[in-house]
Amino acid sequence: MTLRRRLSDALYVRPLLLLSLLLIPPLLWLGIIYLGSLFNLMLYSFYSLNDFTGQVEYRFSLSAFQQLFSSPANVDIVVRTTLMALVVTLACIAIGFPLAYYIAFYTKGNAKTFWYLMVLLPLWSSYLIKVYAWRLILAGEGVISWFFNLLGLGWLLQGILSIPVVGGPSLSNSYLGMFLVFTYIWLPYMILPIIAALERVPKSLIQASSDLGARPGQTFRKIIWPLVIPGVAAGSIFTFSLTLGDYIIPQVVGQPGFFIGQMVYVQQGTAGNLPLAAAFSVVPIVIIAIYLLVVRRLGAFNAL
Amino acid sequence: MPDKPSLGLRAAFYLGMLFLHFPIAIIVLYALTTEDRTYQFPPPGLTLRWFGEAFQRQDMWAALWLSLQVAAMATGIALVLGTMVAAAMYRFQFLGKDFITVLLILPIALPGILTGIALLTTFKRLALEPGFWTIVIGHATFCIVTVYNNVVARFRRTGYSQIEASMDLGADWFTTWRWVVLPSIATALLAGGMLSFALSFDEVIVTTFTAADQKTLPIWFLNELFRPRERPITNVVAVFVMLITFLPIVLAQWLTRDTDDLHGGGKTG
Repeated sequence: MTLRRRLSDALYVRPLLLLSLLLIPPLLWLGIIYLGSLFNLMLYSFYSLNDFTGQVEYRFSLSAFQQLFSSPANVDIVVRTTLMALVVTLACIAIGFPLAYYIAFYTKGNAKTFWYLMVLLPLWSSYLIKVYAWRLILAGEGVISWFFNLLGLGWLLQGILSIPVVGGPSLSNSYLGMFLVFTYIWLPYMILPIIAALERVPKSLIQASSDLGARPGQTFRKIIWPLVIPGVAAGSIFTFSLTLGDYIIPQVVGQPGFFIGQMVYVQQGTAGNLPLAAAFSVVPIVIIAIYLLVVRRLGAFNAL
Repeated sequence: MPDKPSLGLRAAFYLGMLFLHFPIAIIVLYALTTEDRTYQFPPPGLTLRWFGEAFQRQDMWAALWLSLQVAAMATGIALVLGTMVAAAMYRFQFLGKDFITVLLILPIALPGILTGIALLTTFKRLALEPGFWTIVIGHATFCIVTVYNNVVARFRRTGYSQIEASMDLGADWFTTWRWVVLPSIATALLAGGMLSFALSFDEVIVTTFTAADQKTLPIWFLNELFRPRERPITNVVAVFVMLITFLPIVLAQWLTRDTDDLHGGGKTG
Protein backbone atom coordinates (compact mmCIF):
# COMPACT_ATOMS: atom_id res chain seq x y z
CA MET A 1 0.00 0.00 0.00
CA THR A 2 1.31 3.41 -0.87
CA LEU A 3 2.09 5.96 1.77
CA ARG A 4 -0.66 8.15 0.44
CA ARG A 5 -3.23 5.42 0.85
CA ARG A 6 -2.03 4.56 4.34
CA LEU A 7 -2.21 8.19 5.43
CA SER A 8 -5.63 8.53 3.91
CA ASP A 9 -6.92 5.45 5.71
CA ALA A 10 -5.46 6.62 8.98
CA LEU A 11 -7.33 9.90 8.63
CA TYR A 12 -10.52 8.02 7.92
CA VAL A 13 -10.25 5.52 10.73
CA ARG A 14 -9.08 8.02 13.31
CA PRO A 15 -11.24 11.17 13.03
CA LEU A 16 -9.51 12.58 16.10
CA LEU A 17 -6.25 12.65 14.13
CA LEU A 18 -7.95 14.51 11.29
CA LEU A 19 -9.58 16.93 13.73
CA SER A 20 -6.30 17.76 15.41
CA LEU A 21 -4.49 18.13 12.09
CA LEU A 22 -7.17 20.58 10.99
CA LEU A 23 -7.35 22.52 14.23
CA ILE A 24 -3.78 22.77 15.42
CA PRO A 25 -2.43 25.30 12.89
CA PRO A 26 -5.29 27.82 13.17
CA LEU A 27 -5.41 27.39 16.95
CA LEU A 28 -1.68 27.94 17.21
CA TRP A 29 -2.06 31.14 15.21
CA LEU A 30 -5.08 32.59 17.01
CA GLY A 31 -4.24 31.15 20.41
CA ILE A 32 -0.58 32.03 20.54
CA ILE A 33 -0.22 35.08 18.32
CA TYR A 34 -3.54 36.74 19.07
CA LEU A 35 -4.61 35.65 22.56
CA GLY A 36 -0.99 35.58 23.67
CA SER A 37 -0.61 39.16 22.50
CA LEU A 38 -3.73 40.27 24.34
CA PHE A 39 -2.41 38.59 27.46
CA ASN A 40 0.96 40.26 26.97
CA LEU A 41 -0.83 43.60 26.64
CA MET A 42 -2.49 43.00 30.01
CA LEU A 43 0.92 42.22 31.49
CA TYR A 44 2.37 45.43 30.10
CA SER A 45 -0.31 47.45 31.87
CA PHE A 46 1.16 46.16 35.14
CA TYR A 47 4.69 47.24 34.28
CA SER A 48 6.17 50.65 34.86
CA LEU A 49 8.51 53.06 33.19
CA ASN A 50 11.85 53.71 34.81
CA ASP A 51 11.98 57.46 35.46
CA PHE A 52 15.69 57.74 34.76
CA THR A 53 16.26 55.51 31.76
CA GLY A 54 12.78 55.73 30.22
CA GLN A 55 12.91 51.97 29.71
CA VAL A 56 10.10 49.57 30.58
CA GLU A 57 10.71 47.73 33.85
CA TYR A 58 9.37 44.23 33.74
CA ARG A 59 8.22 44.10 37.35
CA PHE A 60 4.70 44.09 38.75
CA SER A 61 3.52 47.60 39.46
CA LEU A 62 0.25 49.46 39.54
CA SER A 63 1.83 52.76 38.59
CA ALA A 64 0.36 52.83 35.06
CA PHE A 65 -3.17 52.52 36.42
CA GLN A 66 -2.33 55.01 39.15
CA GLN A 67 -1.17 57.45 36.49
CA LEU A 68 -4.36 56.80 34.54
CA PHE A 69 -6.85 57.39 37.33
CA SER A 70 -5.04 60.05 39.34
CA SER A 71 -5.22 62.57 36.52
CA PRO A 72 -8.63 64.24 36.00
CA ALA A 73 -7.68 64.83 32.36
CA ASN A 74 -7.38 61.08 31.83
CA VAL A 75 -10.71 60.40 33.52
CA ASP A 76 -12.21 63.08 31.25
CA ILE A 77 -10.91 61.19 28.23
CA VAL A 78 -12.65 58.01 29.35
CA VAL A 79 -15.93 59.81 30.08
CA ARG A 80 -15.82 61.81 26.84
CA THR A 81 -15.17 58.72 24.70
CA THR A 82 -17.87 56.65 26.40
CA LEU A 83 -20.45 59.43 26.07
CA MET A 84 -19.61 59.87 22.39
CA ALA A 85 -19.96 56.10 21.84
CA LEU A 86 -23.38 56.12 23.50
CA VAL A 87 -24.69 59.14 21.59
CA VAL A 88 -23.38 57.77 18.28
CA THR A 89 -25.07 54.43 19.00
CA LEU A 90 -28.41 56.14 19.68
CA ALA A 91 -28.12 58.23 16.51
CA CYS A 92 -27.32 55.13 14.45
CA ILE A 93 -30.46 53.44 15.80
CA ALA A 94 -32.58 56.53 15.01
CA ILE A 95 -31.29 56.88 11.44
CA GLY A 96 -30.78 53.20 10.72
CA PHE A 97 -34.11 51.87 11.91
CA PRO A 98 -36.36 53.52 9.27
CA LEU A 99 -33.89 52.49 6.55
CA ALA A 100 -33.90 48.88 7.71
CA TYR A 101 -37.68 48.94 8.20
CA TYR A 102 -38.27 50.16 4.66
CA ILE A 103 -35.92 47.61 3.11
CA ALA A 104 -37.28 44.70 5.17
CA PHE A 105 -40.99 45.42 4.73
CA TYR A 106 -41.45 47.46 1.58
CA THR A 107 -38.99 46.10 -0.97
CA LYS A 108 -39.03 42.77 -2.79
CA GLY A 109 -36.89 40.74 -5.19
CA ASN A 110 -34.38 42.68 -7.23
CA ALA A 111 -35.26 45.98 -5.56
CA LYS A 112 -34.44 44.45 -2.19
CA THR A 113 -31.10 43.12 -3.45
CA PHE A 114 -30.35 46.53 -4.90
CA TRP A 115 -31.06 48.48 -1.70
CA TYR A 116 -29.24 45.88 0.33
CA LEU A 117 -26.17 46.45 -1.85
CA MET A 118 -26.62 50.20 -1.43
CA VAL A 119 -26.15 49.68 2.31
CA LEU A 120 -23.23 47.30 1.79
CA LEU A 121 -21.23 49.55 -0.53
CA PRO A 122 -20.71 52.40 1.96
CA LEU A 123 -19.90 49.77 4.58
CA TRP A 124 -17.19 48.29 2.42
CA SER A 125 -15.76 51.41 0.86
CA SER A 126 -12.48 52.50 2.33
CA TYR A 127 -12.69 53.82 5.88
CA LEU A 128 -10.02 56.48 5.41
CA ILE A 129 -11.58 57.74 2.21
CA LYS A 130 -14.93 58.16 3.93
CA VAL A 131 -13.33 60.09 6.78
CA TYR A 132 -11.50 62.21 4.21
CA ALA A 133 -14.76 62.90 2.36
CA TRP A 134 -16.23 64.28 5.56
CA ARG A 135 -13.30 66.56 6.00
CA LEU A 136 -14.10 68.01 2.59
CA ILE A 137 -17.78 68.31 3.46
CA LEU A 138 -17.34 69.86 6.91
CA ALA A 139 -14.57 72.31 5.96
CA GLY A 140 -15.38 76.00 6.43
CA GLU A 141 -15.47 76.48 2.64
CA GLY A 142 -17.12 73.07 2.10
CA VAL A 143 -20.55 71.83 1.05
CA ILE A 144 -22.43 72.31 4.31
CA SER A 145 -21.47 75.96 4.77
CA TRP A 146 -22.18 76.59 1.10
CA PHE A 147 -25.63 75.04 1.44
CA PHE A 148 -26.52 77.02 4.57
CA ASN A 149 -25.38 80.24 2.93
CA LEU A 150 -27.33 79.41 -0.21
CA LEU A 151 -30.51 79.22 1.85
CA GLY A 152 -29.54 82.39 3.69
CA LEU A 153 -29.19 80.38 6.89
CA GLY A 154 -25.50 81.06 7.54
CA TRP A 155 -26.45 82.68 10.85
CA LEU A 156 -28.12 79.43 11.95
CA LEU A 157 -24.94 77.42 11.35
CA GLN A 158 -22.93 80.05 13.23
CA GLY A 159 -25.45 79.85 16.06
CA ILE A 160 -25.11 76.07 16.29
CA LEU A 161 -21.32 76.32 16.24
CA SER A 162 -21.34 78.86 19.06
CA ILE A 163 -23.05 76.42 21.44
CA PRO A 164 -20.44 75.43 24.02
CA VAL A 165 -19.18 71.80 24.05
CA VAL A 166 -21.09 70.85 20.88
CA GLY A 167 -19.72 73.65 18.67
CA GLY A 168 -16.32 74.99 17.79
CA PRO A 169 -14.55 77.32 15.34
CA SER A 170 -15.91 75.34 12.39
CA LEU A 171 -17.79 72.11 11.81
CA SER A 172 -14.55 70.26 11.15
CA ASN A 173 -13.28 71.41 14.54
CA SER A 174 -16.23 70.51 16.71
CA TYR A 175 -17.69 67.57 18.56
CA LEU A 176 -20.78 67.98 16.41
CA GLY A 177 -18.70 67.31 13.29
CA MET A 178 -16.98 64.36 14.93
CA PHE A 179 -20.36 62.97 15.95
CA LEU A 180 -21.59 63.25 12.34
CA VAL A 181 -18.57 61.39 11.00
CA PHE A 182 -18.77 58.61 13.59
CA THR A 183 -22.49 58.17 12.94
CA TYR A 184 -21.92 58.04 9.20
CA ILE A 185 -19.05 55.57 9.32
CA TRP A 186 -20.71 53.01 11.62
CA LEU A 187 -24.32 53.40 10.39
CA PRO A 188 -24.28 50.36 8.03
CA TYR A 189 -23.11 48.15 10.93
CA MET A 190 -26.39 49.03 12.62
CA ILE A 191 -28.67 48.73 9.58
CA LEU A 192 -27.69 45.18 8.58
CA PRO A 193 -28.52 43.35 11.85
CA ILE A 194 -31.79 45.30 12.13
CA ILE A 195 -32.80 44.21 8.61
CA ALA A 196 -32.00 40.61 9.55
CA ALA A 197 -34.05 40.88 12.76
CA LEU A 198 -37.01 42.54 11.01
CA GLU A 199 -37.11 39.83 8.36
CA ARG A 200 -37.45 37.21 11.04
CA VAL A 201 -40.62 38.87 12.43
CA PRO A 202 -43.49 36.62 11.25
CA LYS A 203 -45.80 38.60 8.98
CA SER A 204 -48.75 36.71 10.43
CA LEU A 205 -48.15 38.24 13.84
CA ILE A 206 -48.38 41.72 12.36
CA GLN A 207 -51.57 40.83 10.52
CA ALA A 208 -53.05 39.25 13.63
CA SER A 209 -52.25 42.37 15.60
CA SER A 210 -54.06 44.65 13.18
CA ASP A 211 -56.94 42.17 12.81
CA LEU A 212 -57.40 42.47 16.54
CA GLY A 213 -57.75 46.22 16.13
CA ALA A 214 -54.32 47.54 17.04
CA ARG A 215 -53.34 50.79 15.37
CA PRO A 216 -50.04 50.67 13.41
CA GLY A 217 -48.28 52.52 16.24
CA GLN A 218 -49.47 49.96 18.77
CA THR A 219 -48.44 47.04 16.57
CA PHE A 220 -45.01 48.60 16.25
CA ARG A 221 -44.54 49.18 19.98
CA LYS A 222 -46.00 45.91 21.22
CA ILE A 223 -45.10 43.41 18.47
CA ILE A 224 -42.35 44.57 16.14
CA TRP A 225 -40.05 46.51 18.47
CA PRO A 226 -39.71 43.80 21.18
CA LEU A 227 -38.88 41.23 18.50
CA VAL A 228 -36.26 43.46 16.89
CA ILE A 229 -34.44 44.49 20.08
CA PRO A 230 -31.85 41.68 19.72
CA GLY A 231 -30.91 43.00 16.25
CA VAL A 232 -30.63 46.57 17.52
CA ALA A 233 -28.49 45.37 20.42
CA ALA A 234 -26.25 43.40 18.05
CA GLY A 235 -25.73 46.46 15.87
CA SER A 236 -25.02 48.58 18.92
CA ILE A 237 -22.10 46.31 19.85
CA PHE A 238 -20.35 47.43 16.67
CA THR A 239 -21.23 51.13 16.82
CA PHE A 240 -20.32 51.32 20.50
CA SER A 241 -17.11 49.31 20.43
CA LEU A 242 -15.80 50.83 17.19
CA THR A 243 -16.34 54.39 18.47
CA LEU A 244 -14.61 53.52 21.72
CA GLY A 245 -11.43 52.41 19.99
CA ASP A 246 -11.16 54.75 17.02
CA TYR A 247 -8.33 57.26 17.01
CA ILE A 248 -8.32 58.50 13.42
CA ILE A 249 -11.67 60.29 13.32
CA PRO A 250 -10.94 62.37 16.48
CA GLN A 251 -7.61 63.27 14.91
CA VAL A 252 -8.99 64.31 11.53
CA VAL A 253 -12.19 65.96 12.74
CA GLY A 254 -12.76 67.40 16.17
CA GLN A 255 -11.51 69.35 19.10
CA PRO A 256 -8.24 69.24 21.01
CA GLY A 257 -9.77 67.03 23.74
CA PHE A 258 -8.32 63.51 23.43
CA PHE A 259 -10.18 60.24 22.96
CA ILE A 260 -9.12 56.87 24.40
CA GLY A 261 -7.73 55.62 21.10
CA GLN A 262 -5.66 58.77 20.54
CA MET A 263 -4.25 58.45 24.04
CA VAL A 264 -3.19 54.85 23.39
CA TYR A 265 -1.61 55.92 20.12
CA VAL A 266 0.27 58.89 21.57
CA GLN A 267 1.45 57.04 24.67
CA GLN A 268 2.90 54.14 22.72
CA GLY A 269 4.41 56.41 20.06
CA THR A 270 5.70 59.90 20.78
CA ALA A 271 5.39 59.60 24.57
CA GLY A 272 7.03 56.19 24.58
CA ASN A 273 5.11 55.05 27.63
CA LEU A 274 4.00 51.57 26.64
CA PRO A 275 2.71 50.59 30.13
CA LEU A 276 0.40 53.62 30.23
CA ALA A 277 -0.75 52.91 26.66
CA ALA A 278 -1.49 49.33 27.74
CA ALA A 279 -3.39 50.52 30.83
CA PHE A 280 -5.42 52.87 28.64
CA SER A 281 -6.28 50.06 26.24
CA VAL A 282 -7.53 47.93 29.13
CA VAL A 283 -10.22 50.60 29.70
CA PRO A 284 -12.21 49.90 26.48
CA ILE A 285 -11.83 46.15 27.10
CA VAL A 286 -13.51 46.58 30.50
CA ILE A 287 -16.19 48.96 29.19
CA ILE A 288 -16.96 46.65 26.25
CA ALA A 289 -17.10 43.63 28.57
CA ILE A 290 -19.67 45.42 30.75
CA TYR A 291 -21.57 46.51 27.66
CA LEU A 292 -21.60 42.94 26.31
CA LEU A 293 -22.95 41.63 29.61
CA VAL A 294 -25.81 44.15 29.37
CA VAL A 295 -26.71 43.52 25.73
CA ARG A 296 -26.42 39.76 26.14
CA ARG A 297 -29.53 39.96 28.32
CA LEU A 298 -31.29 41.61 25.37
CA GLY A 299 -30.48 38.59 23.19
CA ALA A 300 -27.87 40.35 21.08
CA PHE A 301 -25.65 37.31 20.68
CA ASN A 302 -28.37 35.32 18.96
CA ALA A 303 -28.71 38.06 16.39
CA LEU A 304 -25.05 38.51 15.51
CA MET B 1 -48.34 47.01 8.69
CA PRO B 2 -49.98 49.11 5.96
CA ASP B 3 -49.44 48.07 2.35
CA LYS B 4 -47.74 51.33 1.42
CA PRO B 5 -45.00 53.04 3.38
CA SER B 6 -46.10 56.29 4.98
CA LEU B 7 -44.75 59.55 3.67
CA GLY B 8 -42.63 59.99 6.77
CA LEU B 9 -41.02 56.56 6.40
CA ARG B 10 -40.31 57.14 2.74
CA ALA B 11 -38.72 60.50 3.49
CA ALA B 12 -36.59 58.97 6.26
CA PHE B 13 -35.52 56.17 3.91
CA TYR B 14 -34.46 58.37 1.00
CA LEU B 15 -32.79 60.93 3.28
CA GLY B 16 -30.90 58.10 4.99
CA MET B 17 -29.77 56.71 1.64
CA LEU B 18 -28.68 60.18 0.57
CA PHE B 19 -26.67 60.46 3.79
CA LEU B 20 -24.98 57.11 3.04
CA HIS B 21 -23.98 57.96 -0.51
CA PHE B 22 -23.44 61.69 -0.59
CA PRO B 23 -19.85 61.59 0.80
CA ILE B 24 -18.84 59.04 -1.82
CA ALA B 25 -20.13 61.28 -4.60
CA ILE B 26 -18.26 64.22 -3.05
CA ILE B 27 -14.94 62.35 -3.28
CA VAL B 28 -15.42 61.74 -6.98
CA LEU B 29 -16.35 65.38 -7.54
CA TYR B 30 -13.28 66.67 -5.70
CA ALA B 31 -10.94 64.46 -7.71
CA LEU B 32 -12.01 66.49 -10.75
CA THR B 33 -11.79 70.00 -9.30
CA THR B 34 -9.43 72.60 -10.73
CA GLU B 35 -8.99 74.18 -7.27
CA ASP B 36 -5.81 72.91 -5.63
CA ARG B 37 -5.40 74.97 -2.43
CA THR B 38 -8.69 74.82 -0.51
CA TYR B 39 -11.71 72.55 -0.13
CA GLN B 40 -13.87 75.07 -1.96
CA PHE B 41 -17.40 74.01 -2.89
CA PRO B 42 -18.71 74.12 -5.56
CA PRO B 43 -15.52 73.48 -7.55
CA PRO B 44 -14.67 76.43 -9.80
CA GLY B 45 -14.02 74.07 -12.72
CA LEU B 46 -13.51 70.43 -13.64
CA THR B 47 -10.38 68.76 -15.00
CA LEU B 48 -8.81 65.32 -15.46
CA ARG B 49 -5.34 66.74 -15.00
CA TRP B 50 -4.78 65.34 -11.46
CA PHE B 51 -5.21 61.77 -12.60
CA GLY B 52 -2.14 62.07 -14.81
CA GLU B 53 -0.13 63.76 -12.08
CA ALA B 54 -1.12 61.23 -9.44
CA PHE B 55 0.06 58.36 -11.59
CA GLN B 56 3.51 59.94 -11.80
CA ARG B 57 4.05 59.91 -8.04
CA GLN B 58 6.62 57.20 -7.31
CA ASP B 59 5.89 57.09 -3.56
CA MET B 60 2.24 56.34 -4.31
CA TRP B 61 3.17 53.38 -6.52
CA ALA B 62 5.59 52.05 -3.91
CA ALA B 63 2.89 52.20 -1.24
CA LEU B 64 0.39 50.55 -3.56
CA TRP B 65 2.83 47.75 -4.36
CA LEU B 66 3.51 47.10 -0.66
CA SER B 67 -0.22 47.05 0.07
CA LEU B 68 -0.85 44.53 -2.70
CA GLN B 69 1.95 42.27 -1.44
CA VAL B 70 0.75 42.42 2.17
CA ALA B 71 -2.86 41.79 1.17
CA ALA B 72 -1.88 38.83 -1.03
CA MET B 73 0.25 37.25 1.69
CA ALA B 74 -2.29 37.84 4.48
CA THR B 75 -5.09 36.48 2.28
CA GLY B 76 -3.03 33.39 1.47
CA ILE B 77 -2.47 32.60 5.15
CA ALA B 78 -6.10 33.36 6.01
CA LEU B 79 -7.35 31.08 3.21
CA VAL B 80 -5.39 28.09 4.53
CA LEU B 81 -6.12 28.62 8.24
CA GLY B 82 -9.73 29.75 7.73
CA THR B 83 -10.56 26.73 5.58
CA MET B 84 -8.97 24.33 8.06
CA VAL B 85 -10.91 25.70 11.00
CA ALA B 86 -14.12 25.80 8.94
CA ALA B 87 -13.72 22.13 8.00
CA ALA B 88 -13.13 21.15 11.62
CA MET B 89 -16.04 23.20 12.96
CA TYR B 90 -18.41 21.86 10.34
CA ARG B 91 -17.38 18.23 10.51
CA PHE B 92 -16.88 17.60 14.22
CA GLN B 93 -18.56 18.12 17.56
CA PHE B 94 -15.99 18.72 20.23
CA LEU B 95 -15.38 20.39 23.55
CA GLY B 96 -14.44 24.04 23.28
CA LYS B 97 -16.25 24.74 20.02
CA ASP B 98 -17.86 27.87 21.44
CA PHE B 99 -14.47 29.03 22.62
CA ILE B 100 -13.13 28.78 19.07
CA THR B 101 -16.11 30.78 17.77
CA VAL B 102 -15.28 33.55 20.23
CA LEU B 103 -11.60 33.32 19.36
CA LEU B 104 -12.44 33.75 15.68
CA ILE B 105 -14.65 36.83 16.05
CA LEU B 106 -12.60 38.54 18.76
CA PRO B 107 -10.14 40.20 16.35
CA ILE B 108 -13.02 41.96 14.57
CA ALA B 109 -15.27 42.51 17.61
CA LEU B 110 -12.60 44.29 19.63
CA PRO B 111 -11.50 47.68 18.27
CA GLY B 112 -8.54 47.41 15.88
CA ILE B 113 -6.41 49.52 18.14
CA LEU B 114 -6.40 46.71 20.71
CA THR B 115 -5.22 44.14 18.18
CA GLY B 116 -2.61 46.64 17.04
CA ILE B 117 -1.16 47.52 20.40
CA ALA B 118 -1.37 43.93 21.66
CA LEU B 119 0.70 42.73 18.70
CA LEU B 120 3.10 45.65 19.12
CA THR B 121 3.82 44.81 22.77
CA THR B 122 4.46 41.20 21.78
CA PHE B 123 6.80 42.11 18.92
CA LYS B 124 8.64 44.43 21.33
CA ARG B 125 9.01 41.67 23.88
CA LEU B 126 10.21 39.15 21.33
CA ALA B 127 12.54 41.83 19.92
CA LEU B 128 11.02 41.34 16.47
CA GLU B 129 11.86 44.09 14.01
CA PRO B 130 8.56 45.59 12.70
CA GLY B 131 8.30 45.35 8.94
CA PHE B 132 6.65 43.46 6.13
CA TRP B 133 6.07 40.26 8.12
CA THR B 134 4.70 41.91 11.23
CA ILE B 135 2.13 43.72 9.07
CA VAL B 136 1.20 40.42 7.42
CA ILE B 137 0.78 38.71 10.82
CA GLY B 138 -1.56 41.46 12.00
CA HIS B 139 -3.66 41.40 8.85
CA ALA B 140 -3.91 37.62 8.60
CA THR B 141 -5.24 37.49 12.18
CA PHE B 142 -8.41 39.42 11.38
CA CYS B 143 -8.76 37.98 7.85
CA ILE B 144 -9.12 34.38 9.08
CA VAL B 145 -12.70 34.97 10.25
CA THR B 146 -13.73 36.38 6.86
CA VAL B 147 -12.60 33.25 5.06
CA TYR B 148 -14.03 31.06 7.81
CA ASN B 149 -17.49 32.68 7.54
CA ASN B 150 -17.69 32.14 3.80
CA VAL B 151 -16.34 28.60 3.75
CA VAL B 152 -18.29 27.27 6.73
CA ALA B 153 -21.54 28.60 5.23
CA ARG B 154 -20.78 26.73 2.00
CA PHE B 155 -19.87 23.52 3.87
CA ARG B 156 -23.19 23.64 5.72
CA ARG B 157 -25.05 23.99 2.46
CA THR B 158 -23.20 21.25 0.60
CA GLY B 159 -23.63 18.55 3.22
CA TYR B 160 -21.39 15.62 3.96
CA SER B 161 -23.02 12.93 1.79
CA GLN B 162 -21.02 13.80 -1.34
CA ILE B 163 -17.78 13.25 0.52
CA GLU B 164 -19.01 9.91 1.88
CA ALA B 165 -20.15 8.86 -1.57
CA SER B 166 -16.75 9.65 -2.99
CA MET B 167 -15.00 7.58 -0.35
CA ASP B 168 -17.48 4.71 -0.76
CA LEU B 169 -16.56 4.67 -4.41
CA GLY B 170 -12.95 4.13 -3.45
CA ALA B 171 -11.42 7.59 -3.61
CA ASP B 172 -8.91 8.39 -0.91
CA TRP B 173 -8.89 11.60 1.14
CA PHE B 174 -6.68 13.48 -1.27
CA THR B 175 -8.64 12.53 -4.36
CA THR B 176 -11.88 13.43 -2.60
CA TRP B 177 -10.46 16.75 -1.49
CA ARG B 178 -9.23 17.59 -4.99
CA TRP B 179 -12.29 16.50 -6.99
CA VAL B 180 -15.23 16.80 -4.60
CA VAL B 181 -14.55 19.23 -1.77
CA LEU B 182 -12.44 21.82 -3.56
CA PRO B 183 -14.83 22.37 -6.51
CA SER B 184 -17.79 22.71 -4.18
CA ILE B 185 -16.14 25.36 -2.02
CA ALA B 186 -14.19 27.08 -4.79
CA THR B 187 -16.42 30.14 -5.16
CA ALA B 188 -16.67 30.49 -1.37
CA LEU B 189 -12.88 30.47 -1.20
CA LEU B 190 -12.71 33.05 -3.95
CA ALA B 191 -15.29 35.26 -2.26
CA GLY B 192 -13.70 34.93 1.18
CA GLY B 193 -10.31 35.57 -0.34
CA MET B 194 -11.44 38.71 -2.13
CA LEU B 195 -13.15 40.05 0.98
CA SER B 196 -10.07 39.54 3.11
CA PHE B 197 -7.92 41.05 0.35
CA ALA B 198 -10.10 44.16 0.41
CA LEU B 199 -10.09 44.19 4.21
CA SER B 200 -6.31 44.01 4.34
CA PHE B 201 -5.86 46.49 1.51
CA ASP B 202 -7.92 49.07 3.44
CA GLU B 203 -6.63 48.38 6.95
CA VAL B 204 -4.95 51.29 8.67
CA ILE B 205 -5.30 51.05 12.46
CA VAL B 206 -3.63 47.69 13.02
CA THR B 207 -1.05 48.64 10.39
CA THR B 208 0.08 51.84 12.13
CA PHE B 209 1.10 49.76 15.13
CA THR B 210 2.83 46.94 13.27
CA ALA B 211 4.45 48.74 10.35
CA ALA B 212 7.23 50.93 11.81
CA ASP B 213 8.30 53.03 8.83
CA GLN B 214 6.83 50.81 6.11
CA LYS B 215 4.12 52.63 4.17
CA THR B 216 1.11 50.74 2.91
CA LEU B 217 -1.28 52.73 0.74
CA PRO B 218 -3.66 53.61 3.63
CA ILE B 219 -0.69 54.78 5.73
CA TRP B 220 0.55 56.84 2.79
CA PHE B 221 -2.94 58.29 2.47
CA LEU B 222 -3.10 59.08 6.18
CA ASN B 223 0.19 60.99 5.91
CA GLU B 224 -1.13 62.96 2.97
CA LEU B 225 -4.21 63.75 5.03
CA PHE B 226 -2.22 65.46 7.76
CA ARG B 227 0.62 66.89 5.69
CA PRO B 228 -0.80 67.21 2.21
CA ARG B 229 1.84 67.84 -0.43
CA GLU B 230 -0.64 68.17 -3.24
CA ARG B 231 -4.30 68.06 -2.26
CA PRO B 232 -5.82 67.11 -5.62
CA ILE B 233 -3.58 64.05 -5.76
CA THR B 234 -4.98 62.86 -2.44
CA ASN B 235 -8.45 63.15 -4.01
CA VAL B 236 -7.44 61.12 -7.05
CA VAL B 237 -5.86 58.38 -4.96
CA ALA B 238 -9.06 58.29 -2.90
CA VAL B 239 -11.10 57.48 -6.00
CA PHE B 240 -8.48 54.98 -7.11
CA VAL B 241 -8.49 53.13 -3.76
CA MET B 242 -12.26 53.10 -3.75
CA LEU B 243 -12.33 51.37 -7.12
CA ILE B 244 -9.76 48.77 -6.06
CA THR B 245 -11.79 47.90 -2.94
CA PHE B 246 -15.20 48.07 -4.60
CA LEU B 247 -14.62 45.59 -7.40
CA PRO B 248 -13.72 42.57 -5.25
CA ILE B 249 -16.57 43.37 -2.84
CA VAL B 250 -19.20 43.44 -5.57
CA LEU B 251 -17.74 40.30 -7.12
CA ALA B 252 -17.68 38.51 -3.77
CA GLN B 253 -21.28 39.53 -3.16
CA TRP B 254 -22.21 38.11 -6.54
CA LEU B 255 -20.33 34.85 -5.94
CA THR B 256 -22.07 34.22 -2.63
CA ARG B 257 -25.48 35.50 -3.66
CA ASP B 258 -27.16 32.20 -2.71
CA THR B 259 -25.68 32.06 0.77
CA ASP B 260 -27.42 34.96 2.43
CA ASP B 261 -27.92 32.92 5.56
CA LEU B 262 -24.40 33.87 6.54
CA HIS B 263 -25.43 37.44 7.20
CA GLY B 264 -27.84 36.28 9.85
CA GLY B 265 -30.80 34.92 7.94
CA GLY B 266 -31.71 37.98 5.89
CA LYS B 267 -33.14 36.39 2.78
CA THR B 268 -33.21 38.44 -0.35
CA GLY B 269 -35.94 38.00 -2.93
